[in-house]
Amino acid sequence: MTGSLIQVDHLTMRFGGLVAIDDVSFAAEPKQITAIIGPNGAGKTTVFNCITGFYRPTVGRLSMRHDGHEYLLERMRGYQIAARARVARTFQNIRLFPGMSVLENLLVAQHNRLMRASGYTLLGVLGLSGYRTAEARAVDKARGWLDRIGLMAHADRQAGELPYGSQRRLEIARAMCTDPRLLCLDEPAAGLNPRESGELNELLLSIRDRDGIGVLLIEHDMSVVMAISDHIVVLDYGRKIADGTPAAVRADPAVIRAYLGEADEGEGAGHG
Amino acid sequence: MALAAARTAPAASTFDWLAAVKDAAITALLAAALGLFMVGFRTADRGAAGLQFDYQFTDLLIACVAIFLGRLALTAASKGMAWLTLLIGAALLAAAQGLKLPSDFLTVVISLAGLALLLHAAWALLRGSSAGAAAIADVSGRVNAATVRLFPWLGAGMLAFAVALPFMPFADQQVMDLGILILTYVMLGWGLNIVVGLAGLLDLGYVAFYAVGAYTYALLSTQNGWSFWAALPAAGVLAAMFGVLLGFPVLRLRGDYLAIVTLGFGEIVRIVLLNWVDFTQGPAGIGSIPTATILDHPFVESPPEGKVAFHQWLGLEFSANHRLIVLYFIILVLALITNGVTIRLRRLPIGRAWEALREDETACQALGINPTNTKLTAFAIGAMFAGFAGSFFAAKQRFISPESFVFIESAIILSIVVLGGMGSQLGVVLAAVLLIGLPEWFRDLGQYRMLAFGLAMVLIMIFKPRGLVAHRDPTIRLHPPSGRGSPS
Ligand SMILES: Nc1ncnc2c1ncn2[C@@H]1O[C@H](COP(=O)(O)OP(=O)(O)O)[C@@H](O)[C@H]1O
Ligand SMILES: [Mg+2]
Repeated sequence: MTGSLIQVDHLTMRFGGLVAIDDVSFAAEPKQITAIIGPNGAGKTTVFNCITGFYRPTVGRLSMRHDGHEYLLERMRGYQIAARARVARTFQNIRLFPGMSVLENLLVAQHNRLMRASGYTLLGVLGLSGYRTAEARAVDKARGWLDRIGLMAHADRQAGELPYGSQRRLEIARAMCTDPRLLCLDEPAAGLNPRESGELNELLLSIRDRDGIGVLLIEHDMSVVMAISDHIVVLDYGRKIADGTPAAVRADPAVIRAYLGEADEGEGAGHG
Repeated sequence: MALAAARTAPAASTFDWLAAVKDAAITALLAAALGLFMVGFRTADRGAAGLQFDYQFTDLLIACVAIFLGRLALTAASKGMAWLTLLIGAALLAAAQGLKLPSDFLTVVISLAGLALLLHAAWALLRGSSAGAAAIADVSGRVNAATVRLFPWLGAGMLAFAVALPFMPFADQQVMDLGILILTYVMLGWGLNIVVGLAGLLDLGYVAFYAVGAYTYALLSTQNGWSFWAALPAAGVLAAMFGVLLGFPVLRLRGDYLAIVTLGFGEIVRIVLLNWVDFTQGPAGIGSIPTATILDHPFVESPPEGKVAFHQWLGLEFSANHRLIVLYFIILVLALITNGVTIRLRRLPIGRAWEALREDETACQALGINPTNTKLTAFAIGAMFAGFAGSFFAAKQRFISPESFVFIESAIILSIVVLGGMGSQLGVVLAAVLLIGLPEWFRDLGQYRMLAFGLAMVLIMIFKPRGLVAHRDPTIRLHPPSGRGSPS
């Protein structure tokens, strides 16, 4: 599978005696939505934390490919994974910059490009004009995303003041402003009402189809997963128990067994 | 609001007197036990008879009675019996003022306590009535909106005053000295604001960079004959390098741990200055540091051969005040440069990254921001401004020793930033005037000066827990602001 966007091979993550992920391999393709599902504590967030450099995997190879380059994520520092390998993520418990404005949140996401344009601050302090145009372009990009998530009117409000659903969408927009090739979303629909959840589906489909970005999606809500994902990976107690199209996974006996009587909602360990 | 009123009424009928009295008695007993050796006994030097004990049990007894009553009053206030608090507060105040207590200290402390209880009770009674609560909410809302709109004007007004101050008729040497002192702390506050207020890195050793700047100028001028203006950039660069030096080992630390390590760093620098006698002359300090001059015109009545004195150059009468006025404008310009650069930086990507780092470091990393570089630049730039301020300090005092760079200085600068409101430039100015200026004006209070200082600080933190200026304007806007307030 050399065409894959990200290839996860034999990923294992141990915390002391606890094996949170046990020899999991899967791949995600460009311009597809790949869902990772599984009961609470199955290790889904831990997979994300390994991919985005918050945890260093005990064993495994995480290979990200885009634009003719290959990046071995397990060897890269956390911020470089976002900056160079172009993997962006959101968090199970929202992590915005609550005291900054909505627009500022989207500009911070474009930090590296703006930093270069400001001559690593030196030229910017002197007020040279190259930075002005770069900032105007960054604001335009932010404006485009504000329009798509319906927060244009709230651009100057503090991010922490927004209602919960808006914060979720803003976090996705902020991740998209980093120009990712792979977007990892950790339970983006958690806590949304049905209308907001529907809007979120539209947004994710447009990210796949319009922006051509590969999406890795952790989601509890089966109706969402079945409706929008192209490919599903099922984890249970840190192991992969199924992998395939939504139809195939739905019919898989192992999956039915794992989910039998399970009605899980709630929070796992969020971040590192 | 109606709820608050309803809460007051039934609570009064169920007030548990026994528990309240017991609680107050325990508090008074604790105070007695703690105070027995600190207040009860006092060693006195009796010359030939040597050291002897003085017994001050009356003082202790009076203090314990006051503590018992005060505690009872506080319990009453929290249980909706504000009238009792009012009564006790008035009684304490009257007793302290009317009776002849054995020490002035007791008179002052008990009076203040009585006053505080009175205010507390009045506040509670006002809030307890629904009309009062509505009025408070209304007034405070309007005051907040009005002050936010006033900020830009306030800043402009203070700048105008600062520029005009040396030309005022009352600007004698004492006033100029105080002005220079306040401006030095304003500059230090603005510098530390970058590290603590914007980047959210709690730095308790900031005075170390101030010391580096001061010693850089002191040594370069006394040993190598550098002028102030030549040494100023060197001091800034050296302090910035120390900032990076401190930054590296503490990059991974957050919050309390960072505070402890930076505190240690500040002490290390001071102790090195104290003990490296060959280089720094240790505790004796460095004296006869040349002052800062404009275009090398000395501030003397009759200049040496070949030099033109400052007053001759400007065609003025000689005045000993000229040196202070020039120093005043130098620190004013340095402080304004600090402010200007900070305002600029806040609107650049680096400034937004600092604030983002303060808000959530994990999220920053997920967005590809290099936390190491971002923190190091904050440390370095903050330290650079302390270095500038340090060389100014050396040029003004003309004598420096490690004693000027003790931990309490770091604590005062940090208090200015926190009291002003983290990240607020205007808040730093207000807090510096309050913390540095007021204690100087109230020197008449003598030994109670620091007490008043502490009380003022506690009151501010109770009524404005996020600092004097908690308001933050976004660094960039998509829509024009709804109020008339413009970003300053
Ligand atoms: N930093 C950590 N230290 C110890 N155990 C952890 C850590 N992170 C996750 N775990 C454990 O790994 C398992 C998987 O957690 P997680 O990936 O959050 O599950 P999910 O996201 O699927 O609900 C859980 O048992 C959790 O307690
Ligand atoms: Mg999880």
